[in-house]
Amino acid sequence: MSANLETYFNDVAALLDRSLAAGEIYTCGLDAETSDFVRLNRGKVRQPGTVTQCYLRLHLINGRRHAEQCLTVSGDLAQDRPAIAAALALLRTTIATLSEDPHLSFATDVNPSRVVSTATLPTAEEIVETALAGADGLDLVGIYAGGPVYRGFANSLGQRNWHEVRSFNLQWSLYHRTDKAVKTAYGGFSWEPELFAAKMTAARERLALLARPSRSLKPGRYRAYLTPTAMEEIAGMLCWGGFSGRALETRQSCLFRLKDGAAALDPSVAFVENTADGVAPGFQDEGFTRPDAVPLVRAGQMVGSLVNPRTAREFALVQNGANAGEAPESLDMAPGNLPTADALSALDQGLYIGNLWYLNFSDRPACRLTGMTRFASFWVEEGKIVAPVDVMRFDDSVFRLLGEQLVGLTAERELLVNGDTYRERNVSSMRLPGAVVRDMAFTL
Amino acid sequence: MTESLAAVFRQLSCNADFWSLRLTDERSESYAVRKNIPQPPSLLTDRGAMLTVYAGRGSGYAATSDLSPAGLQSALDRATDWARAGARRSLIDFATLPKPAPSGSYASPDADKPGWSQQDWYELLGDESRQAGCDPRIVDWEATVETRSAEHRYLTSEGGDVTQRYRFVMPGMSVTAHADGDTQTRTLNGYRGLAQQGGEDMLERFGFVGSGRRIAGEVLQLLLAPNCPNGTMDVLLLPDQMVLQIHESIGHPLELDRILGDERNFAGTSFVTLDMFGTYRYGSDLLNVCFDPTRPEELASYAFDDDGTRADKAYLIRNGILERPLGGAISQARAGLPGVANSRADNWNRPPIDRMANINLEPGDASLEDMVAGIEHGVLMGTNSSWSIDDSRNKFQFGCEWGQLIEKGKLTTVVKNPNYRGVSANFWRSLARVGNAATVQVLGTPYCGKGEPSQVIRVGHASPACVFTAVDVFGGDAA
Repeated sequence: MSANLETYFNDVAALLDRSLAAGEIYTCGLDAETSDFVRLNRGKVRQPGTVTQCYLRLHLINGRRHAEQCLTVSGDLAQDRPAIAAALALLRTTIATLSEDPHLSFATDVNPSRVVSTATLPTAEEIVETALAGADGLDLVGIYAGGPVYRGFANSLGQRNWHEVRSFNLQWSLYHRTDKAVKTAYGGFSWEPELFAAKMTAARERLALLARPSRSLKPGRYRAYLTPTAMEEIAGMLCWGGFSGRALETRQSCLFRLKDGAAALDPSVAFVENTADGVAPGFQDEGFTRPDAVPLVRAGQMVGSLVNPRTAREFALVQNGANAGEAPESLDMAPGNLPTADALSALDQGLYIGNLWYLNFSDRPACRLTGMTRFASFWVEEGKIVAPVDVMRFDDSVFRLLGEQLVGLTAERELLVNGDTYRERNVSSMRLPGAVVRDMAFTL
Repeated sequence: MTESLAAVFRQLSCNADFWSLRLTDERSESYAVRKNIPQPPSLLTDRGAMLTVYAGRGSGYAATSDLSPAGLQSALDRATDWARAGARRSLIDFATLPKPAPSGSYASPDADKPGWSQQDWYELLGDESRQAGCDPRIVDWEATVETRSAEHRYLTSEGGDVTQRYRFVMPGMSVTAHADGDTQTRTLNGYRGLAQQGGEDMLERFGFVGSGRRIAGEVLQLLLAPNCPNGTMDVLLLPDQMVLQIHESIGHPLELDRILGDERNFAGTSFVTLDMFGTYRYGSDLLNVCFDPTRPEELASYAFDDDGTRADKAYLIRNGILERPLGGAISQARAGLPGVANSRADNWNRPPIDRMANINLEPGDASLEDMVAGIEHGVLMGTNSSWSIDDSRNKFQFGCEWGQLIEKGKLTTVVKNPNYRGVSANFWRSLARVGNAATVQVLGTPYCGKGEPSQVIRVGHASPACVFTAVDVFGGDAA
């Protein structure tokens, strides 16, 4: 891959500019990365490797007819020129027989942008060595993923957007036995040895609590504290179409009853798509610039949605920079007034839920979710952790948990950088508080 | 393409103990008609290679979309660096592993037959869309298809050379209706639940033509239906729910890399332990489950896995007793157990890990009518809509699109939001009837997620309808 991928991408755009026929418009996206992935198990290296990938998303428009081709490229234009020409030719043939698309929408205002963050990181080998040394004698399992990630956009109207960040994400679990473990994540843009050491120390201390005899709870309703990491799973379910303009219009969103006023959340609950303070690019796939912030829920009421340009055409809405999935990429939940240090006191007696796992809808219109507790979750009495708990299944509605049953949200929030690596390294994040809830239903 | 690449591979320079190249070259076309409007086509050409190296105790990989000789040599050098760097701390002693030299080929049914044209697809999808949008309560509907062709080549420094060519057809139909504060969605065998190797003849096997109107009728029934009742009762699961049950509570817990702990930071571990193989009663005597990569139309059939091991059919569970895990050659060496050829990667840019491929429940002797007639109080459930299971693959809760009460041996009221929950370790022991071959459907999904870095892979499942006794059943909330 070219040493300077931004130059390569600009050269691709220039090639496309020269290749267009009369009446044609193109948009072109680039998704690329050079990622080190080191998989760890039992405190040793299981599978180390490097992936260098570069995808172009070429979109050809002629009138209201259009199609997209995604293709892998080498990142060397001399080598890629025939493949790009072939893709363009295929798209011309493809769109020739299509009917006109009434929902076609693409950016016509030219809004260039450039974000380049290339802080120097230690090598993957050095970070892995540090992580394994820090867990010497422990059963550590996890993944290191790091390196540069690139996102680009260009169109025949002259717009150029470039987003380049060098980031890392180390996620590891320290196991005590069977399914009793502490999971920790450390991600960002600069490696700070002291911060890593503090996280490892905290994980070791929590691991010691897992050595206590575990407690099996009977199904029933329990008071609970959900850490920001557990809240990430619940917010992730809301992101699965919940804030989608199209899903709300067609009543497929889990939040349509909130929009219709048939359900409400606690007045302290507020969600914003906060692109300005997130890690996602400030532009979307069709070239539209994203606003700094899109309010979604305010004072427990639905006040907005994420609207892709196609949805805007279909339902006469105003687009606001959402991609086709209309899912938040920089979701912020407003903090509350409860100091995190007082969360266990506020819980008093109940479940401290460090992580949730494998959530799904048991009744989507009711925003009713099911899922499991996982990793370091504990039984708490008189504001103190007394025992780890065996995994429990919950089944409850977000309208209850963040509605009538919400005791309070923590005043501090955590920035949770998405560590997903399906197909490519994710560039989204959430900033979330913890939550104390009065009554959460556990079923199995 | 792959011939020239093979020549380049032989010219690459490496002084390690073993190295291999795995090329995947896939092309897909996706078409959709939503609410009678043809959506723009989406085309994909995805081509790249992974180089894997064994050096001393260590192993490493490097993947690249740069298939030039320089690009491949650079990847091979990086993989060698990783193998040497990781050797001191390697979990596995790769020096003790065999160095594959497989030879052979595989092709899907109709791999070389020209597929339908873009126009053919838009006409069919448009027809089904028009049939589906038949009522003002229907608020969204879509007919879709993805067709994909793939060529995979595996070359090794020991002379191994395998070529496998695939063709996949994956149609879908979804209809959503809304009224009185409730929304119901009905699909044709689930989201991308129809996915097979071969040609367009699969459309006829699954009744795709006419499915728009049929599914629209069903979703309107669901909209008017009461919620599934709560209680302990018998359930009759149709194949498009059985495949999910098999996938989550047999397939994943038997994956050997989970049992060996590789997945504990992400996908999870397993309630199954190494000492259970050969003796553990997983289910009733009626439970017979196979790893079967030989069924031609099934989604994850192949002749060799991605580490070059030849793939054959094998029993995982026979007459209810657990026999063998789903582990490829590397995991088998680690565990000291026989396994199957299931070391697989979802693409060129992810390394092979243990995946379930085709996991099939063998048919029994009961007709669907017999199974219904044998239930005094129960519910039939079809088409998975919700899935959740713990990280040991034990406590599960699954939901379906379609429910119908069974009362005194007869199918009666349609019910919405049917859900059930249970524990894998007990659930399969309540398997009371297994449907005959006439009830079997060969289904699958292209979206099985697992691994760090993460992968979504194609898996196939064939299953008859089955009856389970004394299951904890419940419905949704009142609108």
